Amino acid sequence: MSDNSPVTKQTTGEEAALLPPVDVIENASGITLYADLAGVPKDKLHLQVEADTLTIEGEIDLEMPEGIEASHSEVSVSRYRRVFTLSKELDATRVGAEFKNGVLKLSIPKAEHAQPRKVEIKVV
Amino acid sequence: MMYRSLFPRDVLAELNRLQREMQQGFHLSPNIRGIARGGFPAMNVGGTPQSVDVYAFAPGIDPATLDVQIEKGVLTVAGERKLEQPGEDATVHIDERFAGRFRRVVTLPDDVDPSAVDAKYRDGVLRISIGRKQSAQPRRITIE
Repeated sequence: MSDNSPVTKQTTGEEAALLPPVDVIENASGITLYADLAGVPKDKLHLQVEADTLTIEGEIDLEMPEGIEASHSEVSVSRYRRVFTLSKELDATRVGAEFKNGVLKLSIPKAEHAQPRKVEIKVV
Repeated sequence: MMYRSLFPRDVLAELNRLQREMQQGFHLSPNIRGIARGGFPAMNVGGTPQSVDVYAFAPGIDPATLDVQIEKGVLTVAGERKLEQPGEDATVHIDERFAGRFRRVVTLPDDVDPSAVDAKYRDGVLRISIGRKQSAQPRRITIE
């Protein structure tokens, strides 16, 4: 890492990573998550669901001419990483993923038993 | 309505990000066009003896709607990012992604050739490569 890099190595042993901005929207059928992962090709995107933890990781891979020297850089780390905790009413086994133009769209449906049900109120 | 409790954020990651942003803030040199950092799209600029390369991190945009112009040594990237609107019955828990119109401006070095421009959009990154003028390129002089 060069001296003028504003990013310092983290002491936790984990590599420095960018936190991708996300939108999370919920409706009756489930949750939709959008994440901005610009510069990540499809084969360098890694999604993992383990127990109730969803991990989104991606490696930026840009086509760069040989001998390029940076004069201004706002994206100085080449890795994205973000972790979410899923709640138990979500069905992690049926997560749908689409990835296009650097935008990841994840659809996480609600488990069958957690679908909304109208509660009838009996008047006695 | 905003509920932020469903997906508790990674506090350590957030603190690290804040720390990084603060450190980056100290490296900031005053720019006549205001604070350049933190805008959309994020930009990296680099160069080789043959070209100047600008990378704009603009995911999820139809490249046909992007407007790239070079005028008087200034490169402008403008456009609009439209996001899918949540339905009527939907609840937005996290809303961080940029939406709306944007415009960013980069001052180019004096030796670029505005007619030798190549722009590509791949994986959400717009790469603009501008050639340098032939006369400005280093030339080896042979001694006879």
